[in-house]
Amino acid sequence: MQHERDALITGIGLISCLGEGADAHWAALNDPNGFQPVLDRASFAPYAVHPMTALTLDKQIPKRGDQRQMEAWQRIGTYAAGAALESAGIKGDTAILERTDMIVAAGGGERDYAVDQSILSALPKAENPGAYLNEHLLGDIRPTLFLAQLSNLLAGNISLVHGVIGSSRTFMGEETSGADAVRIACARIGAGSGDIFLVGGSYNAQRADVLLHYAMGRTLWKGEPTSVQGRMPAGGGMTIGSVGCFLVIESRAHAAARGARALAEIAGIETGRCQRLPHQASEVAEGQLAALGAKLDPSDSAVISGASGALEATREELDWLATLGLPTRLTATALGHSVEPSFVANLALAAIAVSRGALFAPLDASEQVTAAGTLKQALVTGWGPWRGESLALVTRP
Amino acid sequence: MTSSDRTVVVTGIGVITSLGQGKADNWRALTRGVSGIKRISRFPIDGLKTTIAGTVDFIAVPEPSAPAMSERLAELVIEEAIAEAGIGRPGDFPGPLFLALPPVELEWPQRQALAAASGANDSVTYDDLLRAADSGDFTAYFRRFLFSSVGQNLADRFGAKGSPIATSTACASGGTAIQLGVEAIRRGETDAALVVGTDASVNPESLIRFSLLSALSTRNDPPSSASRPFSKDREGFVMAEGAGALVLESLSSARARGATILGTVAGCGEAADGFHRTRSSPDGKPIIACMRKGLADAGLDPDKIGYINAHGTGTPENDKMEWVGVSAVFGERAGSIPMSSNKSMIGHTLTAAGAIEAIFSLMAMRNGVLPPTINYDIPDPTLPVDCVPNVARAADVAYAISNSFGFGGQNVCVVLGREP
Repeated sequence: MQHERDALITGIGLISCLGEGADAHWAALNDPNGFQPVLDRASFAPYAVHPMTALTLDKQIPKRGDQRQMEAWQRIGTYAAGAALESAGIKGDTAILERTDMIVAAGGGERDYAVDQSILSALPKAENPGAYLNEHLLGDIRPTLFLAQLSNLLAGNISLVHGVIGSSRTFMGEETSGADAVRIACARIGAGSGDIFLVGGSYNAQRADVLLHYAMGRTLWKGEPTSVQGRMPAGGGMTIGSVGCFLVIESRAHAAARGARALAEIAGIETGRCQRLPHQASEVAEGQLAALGAKLDPSDSAVISGASGALEATREELDWLATLGLPTRLTATALGHSVEPSFVANLALAAIAVSRGALFAPLDASEQVTAAGTLKQALVTGWGPWRGESLALVTRP
Repeated sequence: MTSSDRTVVVTGIGVITSLGQGKADNWRALTRGVSGIKRISRFPIDGLKTTIAGTVDFIAVPEPSAPAMSERLAELVIEEAIAEAGIGRPGDFPGPLFLALPPVELEWPQRQALAAASGANDSVTYDDLLRAADSGDFTAYFRRFLFSSVGQNLADRFGAKGSPIATSTACASGGTAIQLGVEAIRRGETDAALVVGTDASVNPESLIRFSLLSALSTRNDPPSSASRPFSKDREGFVMAEGAGALVLESLSSARARGATILGTVAGCGEAADGFHRTRSSPDGKPIIACMRKGLADAGLDPDKIGYINAHGTGTPENDKMEWVGVSAVFGERAGSIPMSSNKSMIGHTLTAAGAIEAIFSLMAMRNGVLPPTINYDIPDPTLPVDCVPNVARAADVAYAISNSFGFGGQNVCVVLGREP
């Protein structure tokens, strides 16, 4: 049943190690020679990362001054946001952008590694460590670095570069922040308190400080590169990947009024939490599935899973997914785990697949081959390695 | 305006600032014009241009860090708010949590611990830190410095329902959290929501970052004189800590359970600014749009507003632009509507400010007293505001607007009412 307040995806801006845009991702995920991961194994050995594809920044961030003011995570996000607006046909359309609401899922920005290393080296020998720290933070940090680190400044840069100024909110909280950003946008569209949204996030995996964080959590994969499923027998582990993904989501009525082509509908989205005692996450997911239930047709559906590779969460999710019996793709094998934008990127991949009526090729021998021309909907999962469970249903518009 | 059933009311509040813990202590100090700004004692201040802050020094946590302290302050204000509201059961709050939280990252003590564990001698590199992280037991740091940790821990403790949303719109974050709660109740997703803004990030690097942007007052002596909103000799804001929690409910739900109604959140407005990373559009358009959206959402004409709780940071730029906005929205009345800045006393509580200042606005209406703007010694002739100079004033106010404008161009205005 169509309704004018349905939430439709009318624009996708997706960049990752696989390239830029829907076509590049589709081609890479359907490589006739079999899927080959794009990895940088050298820079942060023993940890591999999925590096961002080479971007011509000028295409989406025309002013060099803006590019310089940002760190990589902001450039990735601002670029992807511009690509999403372009894909929706509203880039530069001031009248629409002035009332476009934005919700960004963000972590924080890069450190100045040279300054950190030099201070850490000198502190133990400093006569007055506190004074030394003050002096060198004051003297050595680029004054505007703060603006490249603040979580809400990805959104700030998007307002500045692309003129999206209806409103601006930033959600923080790893994987679930991306899912909640989409959920709140869809809820506001449904309630009529917003017609068109730009929603997404970015992640720069090529950063010693984020690797350090996950290394402290013992959640990174150190072995030979392999699929997410392939890591499970050896204790699991995440390989993180640089990803930027934004979606333009708008009401069916708004899309129709401006003659926009919708790729897919977000027919439902649920986010939840538990303390991750055994089976709790599956129970949360089961409840979410029931909430989406009426719209789900298992006969022509598939699962795009955001399983990170972190052992407990991934193992439980794989067990739960097995009970659904649907063809499944674990996209972290291909894009790497991208934390804040991971759920949004998986929604994008689901929308691309649904709009083409086919699921992309398996990324692991355990993933079921499917026939072309049959896919009508896809479930998208997002379980954080520590907390947070999300589930969405993407259907034909 | 939505149907009366979806009118959003406040039934519980809790607050901590440098002035003290709890509503009573804060209100007493706030209405007596007391400053909470003092010399920083938490870390060495050698070489700093700014040596003062509105720190919360009377609450301690075992392993201090911004997220640990922010979480503790949030716990305390939530406890106060829930106790006042008398809602739910212990550990079982009947609604979602919306949290305004400062960005989280590893801090220097933890970085130094990793460096020490690495055993590197003369020069420490990130490779050394990575090695140390992999060989030692730092999983506690991992969890502490996840952005989701504060919200998840609070949701565990208070039993808030669903996914907790932690938001950052810089200095407008508290307003955004309130708006998220209001929207959830209006949509009928819940009858109650727990909103908290918290910020305890006075540490060397955070202070220095603001200092490097020339945003902070360097008028260190006496500390109480540093925050001077609307004064001609204002020169920057003073970093501060604090937290504010509000229990929001639908009017019908609050009435059904016989709760005392402390006020209403009549409307919220938000608007982004695409002009500059730290400066407002010179024409004030986004600020004006934000206030007008808030009033429209509340279904109120500007002449119904009896008090403006200013963003009033005391930076030359903010106070000037806020006046531009207020004079455009309120026209000839602008200079005669009382418009005071709590930040003159508590400093700028950053992420928490929108929540704390909404709470003080509600208390002002309920108690019939407007907190003053202290340190108003030299009026700025270009800002003809009635800032309730230096001494609190009795006033009968039915509606107030609380402004929050953030770095990155994120603005939120919350319209509050005395009675539903």
